[in-house]
Amino acid sequence: MPGQVTDTQPRVWRERLIAIAWPAAVGGLSGALLLLVLLPIAGLLFTSSPGRLLRGLADPLVAPAIRLTIVTTIASLGLIVLCGTPLAWVIARRRTRLWRVLETVIQLPVVLPPAVAGVALLLAFGRRGLLGPSLAVFGVGLPFSTAAVVLAQSFVAAPFYVQAAVAAFRQLDADLVLVARTLGASWPRVFFTVAVPLSWPALAGGATLSWARALGEFGATLMFAGNLTGRTQTLPLTIYTALESDLQTAQSLSIVLVAVAFALLVAIRAGARR
Amino acid sequence: MNALKVDVRGTTGALSIDVSFSTGAAPLLLVGPNGSGKTSALMMILGALAPDRGRVSLDGTTLYDGDAHVDVPLERRRIGFVPQRYALFPHLDVLGNVAYGVPAPSRAERDHLARAALAELDVAALAARRPAQLSGGEMQRVALARALAGRPRALLMDEPLAALDVSVRRDVRRFLADRLRALAMPTVLVTHDVADAEALDGDIVVIEAGAVVQRGRLADLAAQPQTEFVRQFVVARTRPSP
Repeated sequence: MPGQVTDTQPRVWRERLIAIAWPAAVGGLSGALLLLVLLPIAGLLFTSSPGRLLRGLADPLVAPAIRLTIVTTIASLGLIVLCGTPLAWVIARRRTRLWRVLETVIQLPVVLPPAVAGVALLLAFGRRGLLGPSLAVFGVGLPFSTAAVVLAQSFVAAPFYVQAAVAAFRQLDADLVLVARTLGASWPRVFFTVAVPLSWPALAGGATLSWARALGEFGATLMFAGNLTGRTQTLPLTIYTALESDLQTAQSLSIVLVAVAFALLVAIRAGARR
Repeated sequence: MNALKVDVRGTTGALSIDVSFSTGAAPLLLVGPNGSGKTSALMMILGALAPDRGRVSLDGTTLYDGDAHVDVPLERRRIGFVPQRYALFPHLDVLGNVAYGVPAPSRAERDHLARAALAELDVAALAARRPAQLSGGEMQRVALARALAGRPRALLMDEPLAALDVSVRRDVRRFLADRLRALAMPTVLVTHDVADAEALDGDIVVIEAGAVVQRGRLADLAAQPQTEFVRQFVVARTRPSP
C-alpha cells in the first residue's frame, strides 16, 4: 500500500529526534538539580582554607555552642529512643483504627514547617500555653531554657526514629514472637531478647537519622527556646548569629556540620546495606 | 492422666471453627485441606488465638474455659510448639535457642539442660552453630529440642515436614515418629501428607471448613472415607491397609 511507504519517513525522523532529545533532556535536567545541590557545598568548601577554618572556629561563640549542641542532641535522642521504641512497638502490634491515626499524627512534624512547630510548642508549654500555668506552679518555665531546646529537637526528630522502628517491628517474624512466648517468655522478655536484638540495625539507622535531624534543628528552637549563648544557642543558631558579624565563623561551622552530616549519611547507607 | 482435651469454637476471619478431640500419650494428627482451620485450632490450644467458647484442658488442668472465664496465658501453658518453618532465633546460636525456654536458676545449669536436650536428639555437636548454618533436618531437630527442653506437658507441631526437601523427608519422618513414640506425651501434629499419618500411626482428626468431619485410625478412614477429601487423602497411601 502506498500510504504506508510515505508514513515511514516521518517516523524515522521522529525516532532520530527522540534519540538525541531524550538523553539531552534527561542529562540536562538531572545535571541542573545536581549542580543546585553541589554548587553551594562547593562554595562552602572551596572559598575556605584550613587556616581560615581554624580561625573561624576560634570565635568565642563556637565552643559553648558545640558543647550545648552535643548535650542537647544526645538528650533529645535519649528521650526519643526511650519513649519512641515502646511507642513503635505498640503501633506495630495494634491494628485498630485509633493506632493507625496515631501513627499518622506522630509523622506530622516531618511535613510541618519548623515555624509552625515553634508556635505550637509555645502554645503548649509557654507561659500562656496549655501546660504553662500548671508548670509555673512547680516553678518550671520551659521557654528560653535548655530544656526547651531538647523539646524542640525531640518534636521534630522523633518521627524519623519512630517510623524506622515501626517498620522494623512490623517486619519481625510473628512465629519468632509466638515461639518465644510458648517457651515461657513474658512480653518484656520477648521485647528485649527477640524484638530489639533482631531490629537492631534498623533501630540504629532510625536513631542516626533522628540525631541528624535534631542536630540541624533551627526554626522551632529559635522561636521556642530563643538564641541565648551557652543556654539555647545551638550550632545552627550560632551560624545564623555569626552570619551577621563574621562570615568566616559561619562558614567554618557550616563546613563542620556538612562533614558530620555526610559522615552520618554514609553510616546510615552502610548500615542499610548490611 | 496425661491427656489433652480440646473442645473449641470461635471465628478467625471468615471461618468459624468448631473442633473437639482428645488425645493421650500417642500422637494425634490434624488433617485437612489448606485453609480448613487446622492451624487456627492449633493456635487456640496454644493460647495464641482466643476461642469464643469451649474448653481446653491438659492433664486435668483447665487451660481455657469460656464459661468459667479461665484463660491461662500462652507463656504459662507449658505447651511446646514447633512451627512450620521452625522459627529458630537467628541471632542466637543453637545452644542459645534451646536454652531460651529452660527454666533454671543459673546460666550454667540452663546450658547444661539445653545440651542434654540437644544430645537426646543427636544434635549436641551443633551447639555452637547459627541457625543459618543448619540443614532443614537439623533445624527441625533443634526446634524440637528447643520445644522439649523446658519439659512441656504437650507438644504441637505445625506441618513439621513441609519445609523439608522431599529427598530428606523420609528419614526425618522416621526419626520424628520414633522420638514422638518415645516421648509418650500428648502430641498434636498438623499435616496434609498421608505418609506422615502412616509413619506416626496415631489417631487422625479430619477438619474441613472449620469442623471435624471424620476421626479414626488411618485404616478406618481408608475403609470408610466420609468425604471426597478423605478419599483423596487415603488414596495416596503407599501400603494399602490389610
